[in-house]
Amino acid sequence: MARQLLSGNEAIAQGAWEAGVRVGTGYPGTPSTETLENLVRHKDVYCEWSPNEKVALEVGIGSAMGGARTLVTMKHVGVNVAADPFMSVANTGVNAGLVLLAADDPSCYSSQNEQDSRTYAAFARIPCLDPSDSQEAYEFARQAFALSERFDTPVMLHETMRIAHTRTMVEPAGTREDAPLRDYASQPQKYVMMPAFAVGRIRSTNAREDALLDYAEKSELNRVEMRDPKVGVIVAGALYNHVREALPNASTLKLGLTWPLPPKLIRDFAASVERVYVVEETCRYFRTAIAAMGVELSEPPAKPLPRSGEIFPSDIQASFGEALPGHAAPAKDLPPRPPAFCAGCPHRLVYCELRRIHAIVTGDIGCYTLGAVAPYKSVDSVIDMGASLSMAHGMELAGAPERTGRPVVGVIGDSTFAHSGITSLLGTVYNGGKGTLCILDNRTTAMTGTQGNPVNGLTLTEQAARVSPLIDAAEKPSMLDRPAGKPLDLVALCKAIGVDEVEVVDAQDLKAIRRALKAATSHTDMLSVIIFKSPCRLVDRSTRPAPKITDCRKCGSCIQIGCPALGKAEDGTAQIDPTQCIGCNQCVQSCPFGCIAFEEE
Amino acid sequence: MPHATASAEASTIELGERVTLEKTMTVLLVGVGGQGTILAGNILAMCASEAGLDVKVSEIHGMSQRGGSVSTIIRMGQHVDSMICDPGTADVLVAFEAIEALRNQQFLREGGRLFVNDEVVTPVPVNIGNATMPEGVDGRLDALGAVRMNAGAIAREAGSPRSTNVVLVGALSTALPFAVDEWEDAIRRRVPPKTVDANLKAFALGREAALA
Repeated sequence: MARQLLSGNEAIAQGAWEAGVRVGTGYPGTPSTETLENLVRHKDVYCEWSPNEKVALEVGIGSAMGGARTLVTMKHVGVNVAADPFMSVANTGVNAGLVLLAADDPSCYSSQNEQDSRTYAAFARIPCLDPSDSQEAYEFARQAFALSERFDTPVMLHETMRIAHTRTMVEPAGTREDAPLRDYASQPQKYVMMPAFAVGRIRSTNAREDALLDYAEKSELNRVEMRDPKVGVIVAGALYNHVREALPNASTLKLGLTWPLPPKLIRDFAASVERVYVVEETCRYFRTAIAAMGVELSEPPAKPLPRSGEIFPSDIQASFGEALPGHAAPAKDLPPRPPAFCAGCPHRLVYCELRRIHAIVTGDIGCYTLGAVAPYKSVDSVIDMGASLSMAHGMELAGAPERTGRPVVGVIGDSTFAHSGITSLLGTVYNGGKGTLCILDNRTTAMTGTQGNPVNGLTLTEQAARVSPLIDAAEKPSMLDRPAGKPLDLVALCKAIGVDEVEVVDAQDLKAIRRALKAATSHTDMLSVIIFKSPCRLVDRSTRPAPKITDCRKCGSCIQIGCPALGKAEDGTAQIDPTQCIGCNQCVQSCPFGCIAFEEE
Repeated sequence: MPHATASAEASTIELGERVTLEKTMTVLLVGVGGQGTILAGNILAMCASEAGLDVKVSEIHGMSQRGGSVSTIIRMGQHVDSMICDPGTADVLVAFEAIEALRNQQFLREGGRLFVNDEVVTPVPVNIGNATMPEGVDGRLDALGAVRMNAGAIAREAGSPRSTNVVLVGALSTALPFAVDEWEDAIRRRVPPKTVDANLKAFALGREAALA
């Protein structure tokens, strides 16, 4: 097959398909998302989005146990959510191959933290493969399935954003391996993790660890490249390319298998060079393990490598005292350009109102996290998916509303509510909690690229067939070979859980938002859920011409809704950028003098 | 192969006239989310890979795409190691917006080429009064040796206001060793079929503006 330029995620999908994968599951999360979106394009693979990563992995364990090769994808923080089944399937092992893609995000480009997922592989004692470009991502995906079945273990395929979202040359075989469904037979001692059986399986994991150590010493996934014997660098993943760029003469031990680490290979490499260094980012994964092998690691001569964030070739050059090229100084007087709600975004007016009532907002993960920045500055906390609702209950227990005189409002998106918010809400209702919770239902999983979710009922199969998330469930085309996805009735769910008051409000109607939030936050004796409903502008792309501004009083009220299409002219009057405006009506509602209006059609 | 992925289909490489580079070249495309830097990067990557070069293209996805600053790095050569553009290493910097040109000025190497769409997209912090625009943007760009053009106006002249990015591809093409017909071929295969003619015109006008 011809050479192609593929991203790491595209290459993993290609490798998994060639390995005969039959089932793909996952939850969207940058930088992992495109893997399943590419895999689902193959008609002989079934893929689905799960409500969260724990469910995705459990579905994956079931399908692998049932005999189908399975790929499960998630971002690094998703591995936290899936950690419970993850730690147990490490002991049960698999039947057909099971590969978990964990995509890390050093520098937090689109995440709430940076964590090294490889520590989970080491914790669970399962093999971890670490590609350094798309060709390896493709090859390692194939090998991961082979390793999984050979050693009867789930395998972690680990990548960072720089691998996931860099396109490099790949030469795929282009043919799909014939991997028939494996027979299934009940084996309670292998798959029922009750104490009596679990202790036996842990012994199996011990034996497997020994076998994997033996494999790691000989595996071609690890590679010694001898150059200058004075400097040896142990490195993996994208950083291998940076070391080659920054220190072209250095000898390298490139690790493609990052658990288990091969002690003899590492000791031999260390003995073959004058000084041995480790180049790694975000944590001390290699250094801790290699120091425990009794290998003396050297610190870079000029200065230590950065302790957090992505490491670039220039960081390595600076640490090793290499000369850096001259360049213009960075400009210091520029206005920042942070991400912002799109023109017409249905989250905007809700945050304007939360700002006005000075609420304590426990927030959540999604585009609506941007309510934390100017001009809204109205989010008090963002921890993890689902925390908005449970933390609002905790704030109530601490008496925060009474002591501050500010209402506490939990704010969560539709996909995040399905991910982890339902159990949070259940906990509040069960324990008699009161307060105000808002579900921002924009009919999609917006931040990761408008994926379907259980609330809009759009499946990954339907999405691959370009079915709109705005279509009524009954209207879905029947040409798909899977049953249509079912949307979740949020109102019925909240009522069934036992929420006192549930209201659906148009998120584009400022007066309705004001009325609903005022009513919900004014009574302290009940639990209210407000569902603010209006589609994401990346899904509903309908537009109309911009409204006109006449007799502007220069009060700035419209400017403070933070629309990217609204600015000030030199004379201080508001002006609308017609190329960015979509005609959503938000600024019209925000003008206290009625100076902004649509022209009669 | 029974089922090629759609993306793989679009990225299949048909080798054309070979180009040899003595050193790895780095092109940095910067702009504002939604300005089409990714398509421009795709066109260049296709040109370079079909000239037989090794290519690496690195992009930032996710949160920054919501109207924030975005960048695409394209590195190409006989063998490319890192996919990163460090300060002082960009052979060519193409800014789709003037403020973003200044924000990324440190990445340009000494003697590197700079092409700038001198249209300004006002950042939200400026709109809401939390930040101010810098003074003398044009002068500062000139001091950096920028080739400035109003790519939006040129695109409108080409009959396709959305082809601003392809105007800038035209400008970029004057700094790289690929034949015009290779660029045109890449554009034909990368843009929606109905927009091919307008995009080819935008490309030609962008080249003209850069060479003027």
